[in-house]
Amino acid sequence: MNWSFFHKLGSPKWFYDISGRWLPWFAVATVLLLGIGIVWGLFFAPQDYQQGNSFRIIYIHVPAALVAQSCYVMLAAAGIVTLVWRMKLADVALRCAAPIGAWMTFIALVTGAIWGKPTWGTYWVWDARLTSMLILLFLYFGIIALSQAISNRDTSAKATAVLAIVGLVNIPIIKYSVDWWNTLHQPATFKITEKPAMPVEMWLPLLLTVLGFYALFTVSLLMRMRLEVLRREHKTRWVRDALEKAK
Amino acid sequence: MNSLPELFAMDGHGPYVWSAYAITFAVLALNVIQPWLAHRRLVSVEARRRRREAE
Repeated sequence: MNWSFFHKLGSPKWFYDISGRWLPWFAVATVLLLGIGIVWGLFFAPQDYQQGNSFRIIYIHVPAALVAQSCYVMLAAAGIVTLVWRMKLADVALRCAAPIGAWMTFIALVTGAIWGKPTWGTYWVWDARLTSMLILLFLYFGIIALSQAISNRDTSAKATAVLAIVGLVNIPIIKYSVDWWNTLHQPATFKITEKPAMPVEMWLPLLLTVLGFYALFTVSLLMRMRLEVLRREHKTRWVRDALEKAK
Repeated sequence: MNSLPELFAMDGHGPYVWSAYAITFAVLALNVIQPWLAHRRLVSVEARRRRREAE
């Protein structure tokens, strides 16, 4: 395997150039996937025979919850890269992804609560899935607070990385909470090994919005990371040139 | 699915569905607009600083 890309990632300038080329494509993908997926899900997908129209919240709830959890796994991976290879860009990624992950968790919790009212008769129950998602939100808050609390950049990077890795234990708890405990929450919509229990015209729009949320996450993350790289390197020649061009 | 008001009422589930979508849209938009504004601010601040240095 060719590892040269991994070493190039250590160069902020290389990252800035390549991400600038990717960004428009991810932006276009976001608009198309979310646009088609949401219109299809809201107006053309059939009603659920038990939940009626309230199930249409699934087209934003499930993608947000998936991205919230994937984002946390990415934080932990970035934390390991920070600790092992001392790669600065991994620390930038960790810092910039944490607020997006927190917002995604927020969306999952709020849309879930709104969906719960007509379906379960209550906005909130302290069951395993909901509680472990709330813990995920608090983990994100902890990482954001810690990353801003220490002024020494190396110490801050290390502490934040360790917290991100330790918090990873919560992810399998969220994933299997619907199988391990009795819960009001319905089981997973997508499984890798089985076909979805929904008809195609229900899950295809969901697949589109899931991909759309990942694309939007990438757009937001790249924008934040590019900004952070510019701030950290603002004294260098290439940043001056880049800002000159951006004007 | 017939008339437009019927479509938006969603058989009584309308308020739930639309509020969930509205909140989600606002949060997603915030996550893109905020770094974009910050980038524009950085560009203008740096430009002003350089102009001051050049004088």
